[in-house]
Amino acid sequence: MTRSSLTSRWGYYVTGTALAILFLSPLLWSGWASLRTGTGFGLENYDRLFTSDNGIRVHHIVNSITVSALTVAGTLLVATLGGYAFGRFRFPGRDLLFLLTLAILMVPYATILIALYVLLGWIGLEDSLIGLSLVLIMFQLPFSIFMMRNSFEAVPRELEESAQVDGCNSVSTLIRIMLPAVKPGLITVGLFAFLTSWSEFFAPLILLNSTDRFTTTLAVVNMRTASHGSIDYAALEAGVVFMAVPCLLLFAFMQRSYVRGFTSGALKG
Amino acid sequence: MSTLTPPRSGTARPLPAPEAPRPPRRFRRGAARSRALLGALYATPTAVMVGLFFLVPLLLVGWMSLHKWPLLGAPTMNVPDNYTRIADNELVASAVWFTVKYTVLMTVLLFVVAFGLALLVQQRRRGVGFLRTAFLLPMAVGFASASLLFLGLLSDEIGPISDLLRKIGLIDGYVSWTSGSSESALGSAMVLVLWRFAGFNMLILLTGLQAIPLEVYEAARIDGASRWQTFRRVTIPLMRPTIALVLTMMITGSLLAFDQFWILTRGGPDNSTTSLVMVIYREAFIRLDLGSAAGISVALLAVLVVFNVIQLGVLRRRS
Repeated sequence: MTRSSLTSRWGYYVTGTALAILFLSPLLWSGWASLRTGTGFGLENYDRLFTSDNGIRVHHIVNSITVSALTVAGTLLVATLGGYAFGRFRFPGRDLLFLLTLAILMVPYATILIALYVLLGWIGLEDSLIGLSLVLIMFQLPFSIFMMRNSFEAVPRELEESAQVDGCNSVSTLIRIMLPAVKPGLITVGLFAFLTSWSEFFAPLILLNSTDRFTTTLAVVNMRTASHGSIDYAALEAGVVFMAVPCLLLFAFMQRSYVRGFTSGALKG
Repeated sequence: MSTLTPPRSGTARPLPAPEAPRPPRRFRRGAARSRALLGALYATPTAVMVGLFFLVPLLLVGWMSLHKWPLLGAPTMNVPDNYTRIADNELVASAVWFTVKYTVLMTVLLFVVAFGLALLVQQRRRGVGFLRTAFLLPMAVGFASASLLFLGLLSDEIGPISDLLRKIGLIDGYVSWTSGSSESALGSAMVLVLWRFAGFNMLILLTGLQAIPLEVYEAARIDGASRWQTFRRVTIPLMRPTIALVLTMMITGSLLAFDQFWILTRGGPDNSTTSLVMVIYREAFIRLDLGSAAGISVALLAVLVVFNVIQLGVLRRRS
């Protein structure tokens, strides 16, 4: 081994380790800070998180789970059907609809949320978890439809044709033959929808008014923004950990398929 | 629903030069039509969602910007007050300036760091998997949660940063990173965004890096190109579409910054870190003037659309 390649290898290890420590330390610190009490370690901060006046309540968690479940289910349903349509069919208006869906990315969030607030009021979905979920599904569509279209396009046509020769109708072909073939895409889309809806802040801030309807993210942030005096930082870190643990667990288990879905499907177009 | 001719390419277009015997034309056209109908049926939920929750609000925000539109009560037309008043709004002027400054600084810094990380973990070596996971992990924490995390991390009450710097002797006394001065508030937000988004952008740049065939590098090596030359003349040009995508996302994301300033700095001190989206929120839900908020939204929207069209044009010309 030459001297220069040895130096570069050491350089890689030293830089890599230092950067990994920098990236991981805030996470480790928040776990540590959430457990530290005046005298040692314990769950006092978590206790205050759930019992203090501005703290989070069980119904906030139920709200978050409801919104996430609705968003993930809705995104998977719309994106699977839509991705199948865009990837395998030709119909009038197909390209226009696809372009419009992608245009959601260009016309961002804040600029139309004001109008969505008014619109949801008109159709009786003001201050409602269903209305919020519908908006979150819409914001997920560009990425999800793109991803699912590429996934369906990558499935060999022979698979679909042989199913039809065997007498499957279109819907049962989709469910029994196509869905198993696009599973990595579905996992990526579902995981992305969950991570976004679980921790989304701006859309619920605008669309939900009553504290009963607040999601957990909104309730935890409220502990900071509603306090005019001193902030209970330790309870805040407990809230951060409480919010992050489900996401970190899911991410750890699914990182492989998530990254694979990303690298194979999302960005080839 | 059965198709008599399973269309090979899934298209309704008539195929040229038939070689094998095919069913009569009427049949084929019927099959193609029913298949088109089926496709349209599958696309209906997408069309409803995009129409109802994207196109209608887009038109509505334009319509609202032409009215005096209080949060409660009936709107009245007041063209073009909402637009002329933007110029008079001092907060808008300072927010525009701040948002542009933040966008430039953030994009440059985030791009350099994300590209550096991507180059570091590009090759398969020992420990690369661990490094990639370490850089990606912050992505799993929601951005609002991450802002709260940094609020604590940078606080003097429980955060270790100030203690650490005091021990080294870089600072003395009490320092309030997130609200002490406008520079340190901006810096705090930038460190937070860097931590939360560098890994995500690294992932996208990595897919671009790995799409470059090894033979290209091999050829450059045989031609005697140095590492830097290879990077400048081979890697960068071949990465152009990916770089454009990443830069567009960074710029759009920065122009729409909200969470980090709303939570971490509260727009302060003295509104010095108030972003444009924070002004929109304030107009709508604190001053209860939805029309004015819609006016600023439309202006921001126009800038972004123009920017994206230019971006697309540049991209198309080069590729």
